[in-house]
Amino acid sequence: MLALPPAPTAPARRQVFVGTALAITAATTLLGGMLATWLQFRADAPLRESPRRGLIRDWMPEKILVPEVATNMMLIGLCVVCIMAQWAVYSAKRADRTHAGLAFGLTALFGLMVVNAQVFTWTQMGVAANDGAFHTMFYAITGTMTLLLVVGIVFTAVAAFRFLGGRTKELEVVSASALYWYFLTAAFTAVWFVVYVQK
Amino acid sequence: MTSIDTHHAAGTAAAPPAVAVWITSADHKQVGRLYAGTGLVGLLAGLVLAVLVAFERIDAEGYQLLDTDSATQVLAAARLLLTFGAVAPLLLGLAVAIVPLQLGARSLALPRLAAGGFWMWLTGLGLAVASIIANGGPGGGSSEMVDLYLLGTIVMSSGLLMTATSVATSVLTTRAPGMGLLRAPLFAWSALVGSVTMLLALPVFVGTSIYLWVDHKYARAAFGGNVGVSDWAGWALSQPFTYLLAIPALGMVLDIVPVMGRTSLAQRTGAYVALGIVSIATLATVTQTMVTLPWDGDSFFDNAGDKIADLLPWGLLTVIPLLGVLGVLGTSALTLKNGKPRVAAPLVFAMHGLLTIVLGVAAHILGSIDDAGVRGSIFEAGTYVAITFGSVTVAFGALCYWGPKLWGRRISDKAALPLALLALLATALGSIPYMIAGFADQPAGALDGFAYDGPQELWNTLTTAGFALMLLTSLGFIALAAKSFTSGEAAGDDPWDGQTLEWATSSPPPADNFSDLAVVGSATPLLDLKSASNGKDA
Repeated sequence: MLALPPAPTAPARRQVFVGTALAITAATTLLGGMLATWLQFRADAPLRESPRRGLIRDWMPEKILVPEVATNMMLIGLCVVCIMAQWAVYSAKRADRTHAGLAFGLTALFGLMVVNAQVFTWTQMGVAANDGAFHTMFYAITGTMTLLLVVGIVFTAVAAFRFLGGRTKELEVVSASALYWYFLTAAFTAVWFVVYVQK
Repeated sequence: MTSIDTHHAAGTAAAPPAVAVWITSADHKQVGRLYAGTGLVGLLAGLVLAVLVAFERIDAEGYQLLDTDSATQVLAAARLLLTFGAVAPLLLGLAVAIVPLQLGARSLALPRLAAGGFWMWLTGLGLAVASIIANGGPGGGSSEMVDLYLLGTIVMSSGLLMTATSVATSVLTTRAPGMGLLRAPLFAWSALVGSVTMLLALPVFVGTSIYLWVDHKYARAAFGGNVGVSDWAGWALSQPFTYLLAIPALGMVLDIVPVMGRTSLAQRTGAYVALGIVSIATLATVTQTMVTLPWDGDSFFDNAGDKIADLLPWGLLTVIPLLGVLGVLGTSALTLKNGKPRVAAPLVFAMHGLLTIVLGVAAHILGSIDDAGVRGSIFEAGTYVAITFGSVTVAFGALCYWGPKLWGRRISDKAALPLALLALLATALGSIPYMIAGFADQPAGALDGFAYDGPQELWNTLTTAGFALMLLTSLGFIALAAKSFTSGEAAGDDPWDGQTLEWATSSPPPADNFSDLAVVGSATPLLDLKSASNGKDA
């Protein structure tokens, strides 16, 4: 049988990082498509007179108030998460287990804080899911965003367990989890602006 | 003192049961076989329902076998099974099984993700089909089952996305040393293009399904309840989404043709570009836009500015993908002209499938012109059948071609060739009469109570015969494949005199694919090696 010349050991090509980037692409079109549908529905809503803002689209019911402190804190919290996740990458590259562990813990903690703030927002807004188009779409889009956040927390936990468990040379998972948090922050910024700011 | 040895002696550890191996394996060849096998089962189920639907259309006065309540659901189930239960798993499964071998890799990248994706896809598809049987699905009467259908489609699509991520990552990260992207085999390249376009388009379907699910479950205020499911999510079971699923089929053709033609692929760079530009249809899919061309007869120059503004997106999103498919056809034809083709089942299946895909893509362009007057008619179903059956036919050819790498045995060429001819006849009969009936205004989505001009019974009878023939062809092919792969002629390592790396390992390949990793110096490393060896011998 003919044989090709044997190759030296191939360098590792960051499979987890590339896979995460591709998954982020998919998640971007998921949220992008949902936001586009949301904007379409809002643009198609009839006009109504608002006592405070004049003639507006009859999309978000007047009686519903967005707890802006909580939603703004979610955005700020996610920015902090990015710093923590990058700190974890920095420490992991220097094999600094103490700081890496601290950074992983803070990443997950701030991630949980954002999820908690989302649940708080749901309860404070008092949107009943069966009341209308805005209501169901609000839960669909914010629920999807929350699910992606939970995936981020699980991803961070996996990266932390792997690194702290002794696989200190495999930094790719750590940087991939940081990349995912950057994506989550960008994605939440879009959701925050469209759903909570523009209303 | 009594002591109990709790350790197995070396080499006597009990092997896990075969079922457990199948369920838990992350070996890409095993996962690929699972995808392809279940895809063939899904194909049979989808074709049985398609025959039923076509049969009901013959007599528009009333229902023969179905009733008003179940007709819409059977229609939806047929499309779901053919699109997501047959074409997607067959082509993706072959990519999972073969692409790592073509790349000279020891395994698929992120193999557990691909395996998990398979089980998720199967679970979601099972939920969706079960919900349709229990009066769910688009237009279903049971609200819980409609919810279950939507949940099933979300799970099913997520599974496909997981596997597509794994395939795309493999092509990007596990190529043999020296194999740049433009030295990757055309099937591997098409798997990359197809997977990435799937990652761009399918999440939009998932997002829409999430909206539909939440809205249907709680309020039915935004998306039209059970009837709205087809309106909002039906685009994933139609064109141009089906183009995206067909992209790997085009790559399969481009790998099979030069080997069967016993020559190098003509215009290789053009072939890479052609496959790439078919993916432009993603834009049309993601925006969920059916691009139309309002022509208004002779009045084009009355309002030329607006007409050109319509022409540009139409040309970009609808016509350019046809150029890509025509590029694949031209490259294949030129290659066969340059070589000394052998008439073997893989080539005949592949070329028949390619021709019908070209027919479907061209027909879609015609259907997107408003003045053709076929929007909302059954013409769309003819287009769908051409692309779907074309993709399935190419997959049959690919199973004949790569069968040795999947099972270690060959499908009998003599027995498969008649099936390839039958597949062409079945596709022609299944699609062209629907296209003609579309011009006579037979409505889409209606199985009774419609009237249109022309010999209605003739066209619908021919289509029914076409679907029945495709069912027979598929049954025949599955029986032949099952017989060949269990007791057929053992294949050598390189039975087709191949050009790419999958033919450099044994048939079937060992667990880690290759004993040594190879350095690659061109897009056809085995062909180069054989040429060099022949030169030395001479």
